Amino acid sequence: MGLTLTEKIFARHAQRSHVAPGDNVWVSVDVLMTHDVCGPGTIGVFEREFGKDAMVFARDKVVLIPDHYIFTTDTMCHRNVDLLRAFAQQQQLPFFYDPQTTAYKGVCHVALAQEGHCRPGEILLGTDSHTCTAGAFGEFATGIGNTDAGFVLGTGTLLLKVPASMRFVLDGALPPYLMAKDVILRIIGLIGVDGATYRAMEFCGSCVEAMTMEDRMTICNMAIEAGGKNGIIAADATTRTYVTARTSVPFVEERSDADAQYFSEHSIDVTALEPAVAQPHSPDKYATARAVAGTKIDQAYIGSCTGGKLSDFVAAAQILAGRTVRVPTYLVPATVEVKDALATTRHAGQPLTRIFEEAGCLPLAPPSCAACLGGPSDTFGRVTGNEIVISTTNRNFPGRMGSTSAGIYLASPYTVAASAIQGAITDPREYLA
Amino acid sequence: MIITGAAFVLGDNIDTDQIIPAQYLNLVPTIAAEYRELGRHALAGLPNACRAFMQPGAYQTDYPILIAGRNFGCGSSREHAPVALGAAGVKVVVAASFARIFFRNCIATGELYPVECRARLCETVKTGDTVMLDLAAQTLRHEARGAVFALAPLGAAQDVIDAGGIFAYARARGMLHVN
Repeated sequence: MGLTLTEKIFARHAQRSHVAPGDNVWVSVDVLMTHDVCGPGTIGVFEREFGKDAMVFARDKVVLIPDHYIFTTDTMCHRNVDLLRAFAQQQQLPFFYDPQTTAYKGVCHVALAQEGHCRPGEILLGTDSHTCTAGAFGEFATGIGNTDAGFVLGTGTLLLKVPASMRFVLDGALPPYLMAKDVILRIIGLIGVDGATYRAMEFCGSCVEAMTMEDRMTICNMAIEAGGKNGIIAADATTRTYVTARTSVPFVEERSDADAQYFSEHSIDVTALEPAVAQPHSPDKYATARAVAGTKIDQAYIGSCTGGKLSDFVAAAQILAGRTVRVPTYLVPATVEVKDALATTRHAGQPLTRIFEEAGCLPLAPPSCAACLGGPSDTFGRVTGNEIVISTTNRNFPGRMGSTSAGIYLASPYTVAASAIQGAITDPREYLA
Repeated sequence: MIITGAAFVLGDNIDTDQIIPAQYLNLVPTIAAEYRELGRHALAGLPNACRAFMQPGAYQTDYPILIAGRNFGCGSSREHAPVALGAAGVKVVVAASFARIFFRNCIATGELYPVECRARLCETVKTGDTVMLDLAAQTLRHEARGAVFALAPLGAAQDVIDAGGIFAYARARGMLHVN
């Protein structure tokens, strides 16, 4: 019997020829990522359990990316980055992206990819639920807690249950008014926020094959919003081109066997989809933008690991060019690389930065997680009252962006930009000829 | 093990932002004073109408037992979530189902027992009702109605939580040869 892509990665990392869903196996870990919110606690567990003088399992497999609470006056947050810095120095870690230096990157899931830490066939664990983003590179990637991460820091291994795989076949050419975000919001709406709990979500089909790495990251990023253990897309020429430009570390590509066993199969014709939103307060409260068009909004937000990549801003600029926003519009590039590219990338001859400025958006924030998850009270874009927000982020449970009485609509950058112009939820087809 | 006390009842999809809002994630769970502080903010992210889980200024809740619907603990991987509940004195969450990372974090930390119950208890038990859990017998008794419900077995996970988490469990069994 054949194996799925996820099962093959588990088998090789457990040094077995075969694994089956439900098996608990010890796997070797290729990359452990942590950040400023969970890193200090992870280090605390590591030092408590392995000793103050213990060394990490492999220096070049530990990646520290502070990104959550960087641009704040909160002294506790600064203390937490200091704890990461001290640990990086003590352990001589080569991959610490220090906010006090030019090494600073921004949002960990995008930075992991841009800095070459995402590689096909590997196992990447991170102390953040959106670690599943890296599944876009044909690897197994999932979020873990501090205690598990402390164990990995000391041993380089973890006991993991092999997940059954759900197969999502996305076929057809994505229409020009749709983005990867519309596709994944449709899928979550169909299966629910616990529709993939404990399972792998494998995405394939002609639509996925035609997607850029950034689009694939948007899809895999939100596997956790359906409860998935991981999202995964088999590596191909697109993956290889991206990865080999950013790392010289060798990797082994895996593919699902033709006779692999799936928990379930789902076919989606993407040509039939429409611009989508997830309504407050759950990512599975799917509606077409058309169905809720006219709903007044108080602010718009473009940013985060799922919606703050260069292609997300290019899409927003397509709609905002030559137009003006009616509500405060917050732009947070995910990483320094994205931010720098906004000044050099042009749409209709104009740099994206100029387009956003002339449209009346707020000045670009420095790269970080910012208001995607609320955060300290001085966080850029954080909501404090009963605002209605439309956002390219990935989660809209009560209080997610800082206030339990606010309502958050999740949508693609096209839909967010179109809605910002009208001050109300708008189907972006109104602006895309 | 028997756990008896007042229940606090919640609905479906209680996510980690409601269990411990992001502004408190500057607290580090392995620092003793901050562990205690996390408990003070347990469930602080519930919409206003649902609060009262913690008395103002209190570090310990009056409700050692949480009853919830489907997908408890969905969202972020923050271990601050089971830690905040454990620090506040919650011993067990009985839910129709759990999100994966939260469930695993309960076991790894040993902070509390995540127990599944197929009966939709969140619609029969009311906040403040006394319930008695017998983990060995895998039953929950709702004292007000005298009703007894079957709980799903925790299996090997119970041994890990009994021991106080994955490190304590491994060390006690000679699986981890450090410290």
